[in-house]
Amino acid sequence: MSEPVSALQGKSHQGFVTVAEAGPTGMITIRGDLAGKPLARALKAQGLPVPEARRIEQVAGRSIAWMNPDELLLICAHDAAPDLTATLAQALAGEHALVANVSDARALFTIRGGKADQVVMKLSPADIASLPMGEIRRTRIAQVAGSFWRSGPEEITLISFRSVAGYVMGLLEVSARPGSELF
Amino acid sequence: MSTRLAKGGRLIDRAKPLNFTFNGKPMRGFAGDTLASALLGAGQVMVGRSFKYHRPRGIVASGAEEPNALVGLGRNARFEPDQRTTTTELFEGAETRSQNHWPSLDFDIGEINDRLYKFFPAGFYYKTFMAPRAAWKHLFEPIIRKSAGLGGVPKEADPDRYEQAYAHCDVLVAGGGVAGLAAALREGRAGKRVWLVEQSAHWGGRTPVDDGQIDGVEAEDWIAAALEELESLANVTMRTRFMAAGLYDHGYVIGYESVADATPGDGRPRHRLWRIRAGLTITATGAIERPLAFAGNDVPGVMLASAVRDYIVNWAVSPGDRTVIVTNNDDAYRTALALLDAGLTVPTIVDAREETHGALPQEVKARGVRVLEGRGIARVLGRSRVTGVEICAQAGEGGAVETIACDCVAMSGGWSPVVHLWSHCGGKLIWDEPRAMFRPDPSRPPTGADGAAMATVAGAANGDLTLAETMAGFGIGACSHDEAALAPVWMMPAGATDALRYKAFLDFQNDVKVSDVQLAAREGYTSVEHTKRYTTLGMATDQGKLSNINGLAVLSDALGQPIPATGTTTFRPPYTPISLGAITGEARGDLFQPLRRTPIQSWHEAQGAHWEPVGHWRRPYCYPRKGESHSDAVGREITNTRKNVGMLDASTLGKIVVKGPDAGRFLDMLYTNMMSTLPVGKCRYGLMCNENGFLMDDGVVARLSEDMWLCHTTSGGADRIHGWMEDWLQCEWWDWKVYVANLTEQFAQIAVVGPKARALLERLGGMDVSKEALPFMHWAEGKLGDFDARIFRISFSGELSYEIAVPASQGLALWETLMAEGEALGVMPYGTEALHVMRAEKGFIMIGDETDGTVIPQDLGLSWAISKKKADFLGKRAQERSHMTDPNRWKLVGLETLDGSVIPDGSHAPAEGYNANGQRNTQGRVTSTYYSPTIGKGIALGLVLNGPDRMGEVIEFTGEGETQIKARIVETCFYDKEGEKQDV
Repeated sequence: MSEPVSALQGKSHQGFVTVAEAGPTGMITIRGDLAGKPLARALKAQGLPVPEARRIEQVAGRSIAWMNPDELLLICAHDAAPDLTATLAQALAGEHALVANVSDARALFTIRGGKADQVVMKLSPADIASLPMGEIRRTRIAQVAGSFWRSGPEEITLISFRSVAGYVMGLLEVSARPGSELF
Repeated sequence: MSTRLAKGGRLIDRAKPLNFTFNGKPMRGFAGDTLASALLGAGQVMVGRSFKYHRPRGIVASGAEEPNALVGLGRNARFEPDQRTTTTELFEGAETRSQNHWPSLDFDIGEINDRLYKFFPAGFYYKTFMAPRAAWKHLFEPIIRKSAGLGGVPKEADPDRYEQAYAHCDVLVAGGGVAGLAAALREGRAGKRVWLVEQSAHWGGRTPVDDGQIDGVEAEDWIAAALEELESLANVTMRTRFMAAGLYDHGYVIGYESVADATPGDGRPRHRLWRIRAGLTITATGAIERPLAFAGNDVPGVMLASAVRDYIVNWAVSPGDRTVIVTNNDDAYRTALALLDAGLTVPTIVDAREETHGALPQEVKARGVRVLEGRGIARVLGRSRVTGVEICAQAGEGGAVETIACDCVAMSGGWSPVVHLWSHCGGKLIWDEPRAMFRPDPSRPPTGADGAAMATVAGAANGDLTLAETMAGFGIGACSHDEAALAPVWMMPAGATDALRYKAFLDFQNDVKVSDVQLAAREGYTSVEHTKRYTTLGMATDQGKLSNINGLAVLSDALGQPIPATGTTTFRPPYTPISLGAITGEARGDLFQPLRRTPIQSWHEAQGAHWEPVGHWRRPYCYPRKGESHSDAVGREITNTRKNVGMLDASTLGKIVVKGPDAGRFLDMLYTNMMSTLPVGKCRYGLMCNENGFLMDDGVVARLSEDMWLCHTTSGGADRIHGWMEDWLQCEWWDWKVYVANLTEQFAQIAVVGPKARALLERLGGMDVSKEALPFMHWAEGKLGDFDARIFRISFSGELSYEIAVPASQGLALWETLMAEGEALGVMPYGTEALHVMRAEKGFIMIGDETDGTVIPQDLGLSWAISKKKADFLGKRAQERSHMTDPNRWKLVGLETLDGSVIPDGSHAPAEGYNANGQRNTQGRVTSTYYSPTIGKGIALGLVLNGPDRMGEVIEFTGEGETQIKARIVETCFYDKEGEKQDV
């Protein structure tokens, strides 16, 4: 196995906040009955809860996010994703569920700084000001799909598809240019 | 002569002088000036010429309603025409140029139009340019194009940045006058999330210029206190230089913010377009004073009365030494007080009303000003500058009773509430007869999704024209001068002669006069919308802010009907023009569109690939070597692939996983052929049609496990097909147990193609890729060298071919490994054009070439891929319709040119005779056409009438120009008809 290569290999940019591609990150899509016991059991075995609607829960370096009424996204270390995918698929064998490793289909960005919200305000129609910690928004980043959540007191983490990572980085760079602060 | 007064000016900072130029002439103003106040302060009264008659024009207003004083601002790449001087803030080094004249502002050839005004009536274009027909194209249009339009066009790309931002609030208050401040205070104190926006750079609106007390203190003190409290409220956001430009459905408001207009080139975004979701919009947008329609009301020096006092009080600019005021209301007397306070002369006030007893007229009279009652202005004297006025009886025809020398005329025809924002999304108006104005009808507001009002109105925008009325709306006491009723005056004098009407302007920017609207009425234009278009009333960049009410009043009078029966034209956003840059936002240059990149893109770039757009992807079309043409490169890539081994980046191919107990049944509905019977480990080519039976996508499906399939789609179709699947699962077959996931970007996919493909894979080792272990149309998973790979033995070229999928993070490494290992085998990358030619040589169809949304699989000889056993699939019933089973539908055949040349793309095969439209009949068309280096001649696929029954027949296709190309109808497969090469 070669060293995994993320879309932008950790590229970063310093504006009125710091924007950076986070490098290879593990992501697993889980589709199934979110109210069902089998899924709760499979996740519990990994120390993870089934998140409520719109929630993202962080447990011991992993996060699990509610993506829609029958879909979750598990975020973990990149090298842990293949085995974790297999383990969860095994745990849900016989159930109507789909577990897929999507680590390489995505790019993950962090926006760090006191005015991180303002960068997102320029790109997404979501109401970031009323976004609490622990909630994820699936929305639009200018012309592409994206989702984001507050990953720290002055930090937002944002996910896009891998093929448009360069476009998203360009958007973040332009939106974070000094002098263009909204407030 | 206008001039700067020695003292005063609440908005200017005399300690900060600013230099600027007007038509190259150096001038000086102060920080806080607008371009208009700076020009007037520098003595420049005439600032441009009018659109149609090229009449000299000056500054009329002091705000967004200004029709005349537009200038070209800046130079070269930062030049911008039609900048409204009354709302543009002065900045150091501003370069301004007047518009609509040649060769100069003072001497203009086009002024001849003014002498010929009788030849340019309303509808002049429509009447004059009817015939002869050819003259339109060759004579009339070129001349009109040359003389039409306001201002010049910038010739260079805009170097400035623009951006957009989104905001959400409970209440948006549009307008930062006293009504807006009071509304924001009320909502802010109630804990609402409030945005308070003001289009100018200053809070308080025009109240500080006029008189009054609010809540027992001077208005200015009340404003200062209100601002202080608002600023202390964390839930209130306040922005100046921020126009609420438009109100749309669902409480969507477009805001237009000037960020760096006054500091060009400082790197900040010049404008910002805000996209706001507001629970409620309060329109506190104020009112606009109406001009009066008298002859010569457009001569430089004739201004709105409110603007005259604005210039004096706000910017310490005197528009003239001797100002005659002409009015039909009490409010204009405030201008007399401001003039007198500034030490200027008011020779006369001409009041159209028979009697004036109000508090303001009394106060003015007490200060010794002569007030003429029941009088009007017959005509203004002077051409490029007011020199005097002729006074007449308002009730008469304009016979002068007196001439008064003056250099400024302050006119007031009453006030019109700014109802634009209220009206944009359906808010209705009522006619307020006593005040002669349209104002918002509170019972018919613009409504939201719940049917409730999404906008309310406050202050002057609601017709509450006095301070007391405005503040009463908020339960706050206020007082100012009582005002007596106005007398509606739509034409001055009431019986003005034709000669006077010809020079009485309604729309200053589009040069529409009283005579034009009356002519339109006589010619049968009874609808206000028709009259607008016929006369161009209100159609200029100011959208008739000054002209509309006067215009429709004149029209109503001419039609002999009350004003509300005529109604208004439609108020459309934006309120004032907004820059295209702001609408574009960040979407320019590299960010114009998202470009999708495969994990191997950087390698293609380093090789100097020539690109082909495929959806939002850029795929290598070919990899030209030094000195090699693109067609030579394509030929080399094909020949090498067919002889040795080639590699294609197929990562863009759609890869959608479909899993669940009902997945097989689901795929049987989506594809025309059977997918449920596909054994695990095998691949099958499939077709997808829409409900109308038309072919819309194709690809190879692999069965991964008992309940899981992987569907390959076209590169451009992946997202669409994923959405198509979800649509059926969520909306129609919601009870079927199927999950889908779009894994297109999870995998890099590399096609290794050619007789030496197996040898190349064997060099990596780890997986048995022999014919026995991995036969044609099978797939296998394993470790290929160091790589976790899934290998599909499928072929789109007719050669021995493997498509290898690895996680995207490994894609570039696998590609480079294969290139290195393949060097000894002669491996070369190939692009999409080689792919296209090789598939055409095999007669394989391409979605988008052989299909165009009107083609069914049966047209393409693909009946073998349509299940006869299945009870149903999407498109099945449609394909049984009579037109779909018509034997005369054109069918796919191969075409071989007799002379070896290539038939041009899109060629048709003409048939005998002509159709009902006089067009030549056709019997076929080319869908794909290439030079085949393998066959050594031009080959094509095409749809031909009864094609498959006409094998060997030669038909003609249109070539370049008038030439015809003879082509023989052959089978669609040109190469390795038995398919031996792909199955070795």
